Amino acid sequence: MMTGFSTLFLKEVLRFWKVAFQTVAAPVLTALLYLLIFSHVLDAHVRVHGVAYSSFLIPGLVMMQVLQNAFANSSSSLIQAKITGSIVFVLLPPISYPAFFAAYVLAAMARGLMVGVGVLLATVWFIDLSVAAPWWIIVFAVLSGALFGALGMIAGIWSEKFDQLAGFQNFLIMPLTMLSGVFYSIYTLPPFWQALSRYNPVFYMIDGFRHGFFGVSDVPPLTSFGVVFACFAGVTLLTLELLRRGWKLRG
Amino acid sequence: MTAAVSITQVVKKFGPVEALAGVSLDIAEGGFFGLLGPNGAGKTTLISALAGLVRADSGTLKVMGHDVVSDFRAARRLLGVVPQELVFDPFFNVRETLRIQSGYFGIRNNDDWIDEILANLDLTGKAETNMRRLSGGMKRRVLVAQALVHKPPVIVLDEPTAGVDVELRQGLWQFIRRLNGEGHTIVLTTHYLEEAEALCQRIALMKQGRIVALDTTERLLAEHPGASLEDVFIRTMRA
Repeated sequence: MMTGFSTLFLKEVLRFWKVAFQTVAAPVLTALLYLLIFSHVLDAHVRVHGVAYSSFLIPGLVMMQVLQNAFANSSSSLIQAKITGSIVFVLLPPISYPAFFAAYVLAAMARGLMVGVGVLLATVWFIDLSVAAPWWIIVFAVLSGALFGALGMIAGIWSEKFDQLAGFQNFLIMPLTMLSGVFYSIYTLPPFWQALSRYNPVFYMIDGFRHGFFGVSDVPPLTSFGVVFACFAGVTLLTLELLRRGWKLRG
Repeated sequence: MTAAVSITQVVKKFGPVEALAGVSLDIAEGGFFGLLGPNGAGKTTLISALAGLVRADSGTLKVMGHDVVSDFRAARRLLGVVPQELVFDPFFNVRETLRIQSGYFGIRNNDDWIDEILANLDLTGKAETNMRRLSGGMKRRVLVAQALVHKPPVIVLDEPTAGVDVELRQGLWQFIRRLNGEGHTIVLTTHYLEEAEALCQRIALMKQGRIVALDTTERLLAEHPGASLEDVFIRTMRA
């Protein structure tokens, strides 16, 4: 039912908005610190795709924050609810599993995009940033946020303690995002690492997103879109199946 | 007449442990039913299966004729559950908690009923207080309120008076009795046997995943002249 879905979505948004200092403002500041340090050290020496390093870096940082915050939102909400037991409040009502999925993923996207927009707004004042293809910017931000929101659901449902979730976050999500081309173009890497990067879906998210700003990228944006969409579809189907079975939620 | 709750041959295993070993039970509409037994007897598992929190390995469970698996939407809309654990969402105050819970059940603008529940549970003064700041007894009453936001015809209370002081317990039972008088079916688990004796019309005694006695409170007591429900309970469990 629509109201069940919209209430759950709203509740999930309120959950992070009530602590927005921690969930929105803090990641924006983190991204700005990265930008400050890296651009100070490298701006005079490095140009990527003909673009000044600090300009090149911004889309990568924005996307990194979209992904990490979307993931953090759904995963932390679910594990908190599981550990405290308050998960029963969303399991007892007649909310269908697709509505459950949509509410958590959309709220995760809302937080991810809010942080992403925050980083953009905070940086455009002092760093020159072009916009070549705005639709690619929106498509990659939305799709990637959704994908990581869904991944966060899987991690939150799978984890039985915070330690396991931290493992998922630090040993999978962080390396995937940090080694995806946030801070560099993969063409600057040795051939082995360049080839390996192409197996990292986050590389395509950041590369396609960056194409929206500069009109140049390591691979064509349509290829990136295909890869990201396929990953999103796969993760969505997996999450829906886990929810349908009630895996780790309904003993 | 359709039974308010109909449970047929329900089996649930957790690894090698058989939590429910083929439980069958009908609870009549409008009844006040007690589900009693020692810790680990399977009461909470049975309630969880009825609420869809746990999936039975076999057998069927119905609420007002609606199967809890194949027709879960209708079944869950007709059921209100007060969980045993003292759980709450720390992000919200009491009123927000109840509005959100109403929304989950597809109900908007539920404030009139929410105010009535708050008044009956003596929570009106705490409506704008964050859940974290409530005492244990108050949190327990909010749990009762949450189970009632959608006016379910069947209300399950899993040890609702654990940790609640005498005065509040009396107030809670008065309210639950009133709901029962208005036609709501009440299913209660409790370790306070004198409460069960005073309130329940019918009682099932559970032991090791099985129902070992099922009858009206009157007849259970009549079988053991002069005995209290506690005596009956102890004799049945030792048998």
